[in-house]
Amino acid sequence: MDLLTPELGLFFWTLVAFGLVFFILRKFAWGPILSSLGEREKGIADSIATAERVKSEMGQLKAENEKLMAQAREERSTMLKEAKEIKDKMINEAKEQAKAEANKIISDAQIQIQQQKNAALTEVKNEIGNLAVEVAGKILRQELSSSKGQEAYMSLLSEDIKLN
Amino acid sequence: MSFKRLFPLLILVFGLFGFTFSTFAQEGENAENTQVEGGEAAHEEKKGINITELVFGHVSDSHEWHLFSLEGEHGHEKEIALPLPVIVYRPGKGLSVFSYGKFHHGGWYLDSAGNKISETSFDGLYVEKNMKEKIKADDGSPVYDLSITKNVLSMIFSVIIILWLMTSAAKKYKKGVIAAPKGFQNFIEVVIFFIRDEVAKPNLGKKHGKYMPMLLTVFFFIWVNNLLGLLPGGANFTGNIAVTLCLSLVSFIVLLVRANSHFWGHLLNPPGVPTGIKFLLVPIEIISLFIKPVALTIRLFANMLAGHIVILCVVSMIFIFSAMSKFAGIGFVPVSLAFSVFMFMLELLVAAIQAFIFTNLTAVFIGQAIEEGHHDEAHGEAIHL
Repeated sequence: MDLLTPELGLFFWTLVAFGLVFFILRKFAWGPILSSLGEREKGIADSIATAERVKSEMGQLKAENEKLMAQAREERSTMLKEAKEIKDKMINEAKEQAKAEANKIISDAQIQIQQQKNAALTEVKNEIGNLAVEVAGKILRQELSSSKGQEAYMSLLSEDIKLN
Repeated sequence: MSFKRLFPLLILVFGLFGFTFSTFAQEGENAENTQVEGGEAAHEEKKGINITELVFGHVSDSHEWHLFSLEGEHGHEKEIALPLPVIVYRPGKGLSVFSYGKFHHGGWYLDSAGNKISETSFDGLYVEKNMKEKIKADDGSPVYDLSITKNVLSMIFSVIIILWLMTSAAKKYKKGVIAAPKGFQNFIEVVIFFIRDEVAKPNLGKKHGKYMPMLLTVFFFIWVNNLLGLLPGGANFTGNIAVTLCLSLVSFIVLLVRANSHFWGHLLNPPGVPTGIKFLLVPIEIISLFIKPVALTIRLFANMLAGHIVILCVVSMIFIFSAMSKFAGIGFVPVSLAFSVFMFMLELLVAAIQAFIFTNLTAVFIGQAIEEGHHDEAHGEAIHL
C-alpha cells in the first residue's frame, strides 16, 4: 500500500527538523524553563515551610501569652481577694476598737456620774441634816422660851424616864 | 507492568490497522474503476465527484499546495495550487532543484496499472500519481526525492511556531525566577508540569530530568503538528507514516542507547527461567522490543489519518448527495456540518491525546530500559505474555 510506505524525503526532513527543534529548544527553552521552574518550586516549598514554621512559632507564642494571661488573671483575683480580706479585717478591728473605746468611755462616765451623784447626795444629806438640826434648834428654842413649854417638855422627858 | 496494559492496545491498533487497510483496498478498487483520463475525463467527472481521489488527495503528501479548483472553459477544471520546490538526488547526476510547476504543462494519462502519469517530463523526470505522488526517472534509474513537499512545508511552519513560542516563553524566565507566570507562560507551564509529573516522574523515576527536554520536544512537536493538520487546507503531517516512523525511531534509538545492563540481561538471559523456556522466551522478548517502535508508529499514524479521512468523508457527503439530487445535497448540509463540527472537536481532543500517548509510551519504554534493581514481577509478566 502506498500510504503505508514511508517516503524517504519526508523521513529525512522530519529527522532534521526534529533534531533541530530538540537541540535548539534544549539549549534555549527547556533548559532555562525547567531550571527556573525547579527553582521556583523550591522557593515556594521553602516559603511554605517558613510560613508553617512561623505559624507554629506564633501558635507557641500565643499559647505562652495565654498562659501568662491566665497566670496574671489568677494573680489579680488572689490579690483582690486578699485585699478584700484585709479590708474586712481592718474594718472589723476598727469596729471592735471603737466599741471597746465607747464602752470604756461609757463606763467611765457612769462611774463619774455615780461618784458625782454620791457626792451630791452626801452634800444634800449634810445640808438637810444641818437644816433639820437648825429647825429643831429653832423649834426647841421657841418651845423652851416659855416656862409652860419647859414644864411640858420636862414632864415629857420625865414620862420617858418613868416608862423606862 | 506496562505490557499488561499495552497488549490490548496493540491488538486495538492492529485491528484498526487491518480495518483501515481493507477500506483502502476497497476504495483503491473503486478508484481504478472510476479513474478518468485527461481531456475525456471532464464530462465524466461532471456526473459525480471522485470521493476516493478527493479524500486521498487531501490526506497524502503532495509536491504542491492545493488551494482550490476553478471551473474552467470546456468543462476543464483549473487547479489553483502553489507549486513547491522539488529536490531530487540521482546517483549519477547529483542533486537537482526545480519547481514542481515544471510538470504543470500538459495533462495526465493512465498507465496499465492505473497510475496517473504526467505527460510532461522535465530533466529526465516524470510524475506518477496514484495515492501518492512519485517522481520517477524516465530511464527507471533510482531517484531519491528530498523535495520540500506540502508536509515538509507544514512542518517548517510548525517548527517556526514551536521555536518562536518556546523561546519567547523562555525569555520571561530569565527576568525574574520567582515571579508568577503570565499569559502564555501559564499555559506552557501547565503542560510542562503535566509532562513532568504525570509522564516523566512515574515512568522514569529519579532520572526523569535527563529525559524531560526530549519528552517535551516530542510532545509539542506532535501536538503542534496535529493542530496544524486540522486547519482547513493543512497538511496531514502526523498522519503520514514516514513522520511517525521517524519520531518513534528517535525514541527507540534513545531507548537502545540508554538501556542498561539490567535491561539487556533480562532480555537476552532472563534469570530464574529454565533453559528450555529461554529458547521460547528470548525471541518473544526480542520481538516485543521491536514491536515498541512499530506500535508507536502505527498508533499515531492511524489515529491522525483516520481522523482526517472521517472529517473529509463527512464533508464529502454533501457533494455525494448533491450529485444525486440538488435538494438532497442542500438538505444534507446541516447534518454534515453537525457531524464535521463534532468530528473536529473530537480531533482537537485526539490531537492532544495522541501527543500525550506518544510521549507517555516513549517514557514508559525508556523507563523499562533504564530500570534498576530487582523485582520479580518482570518474569511473571513475560510468561504471561
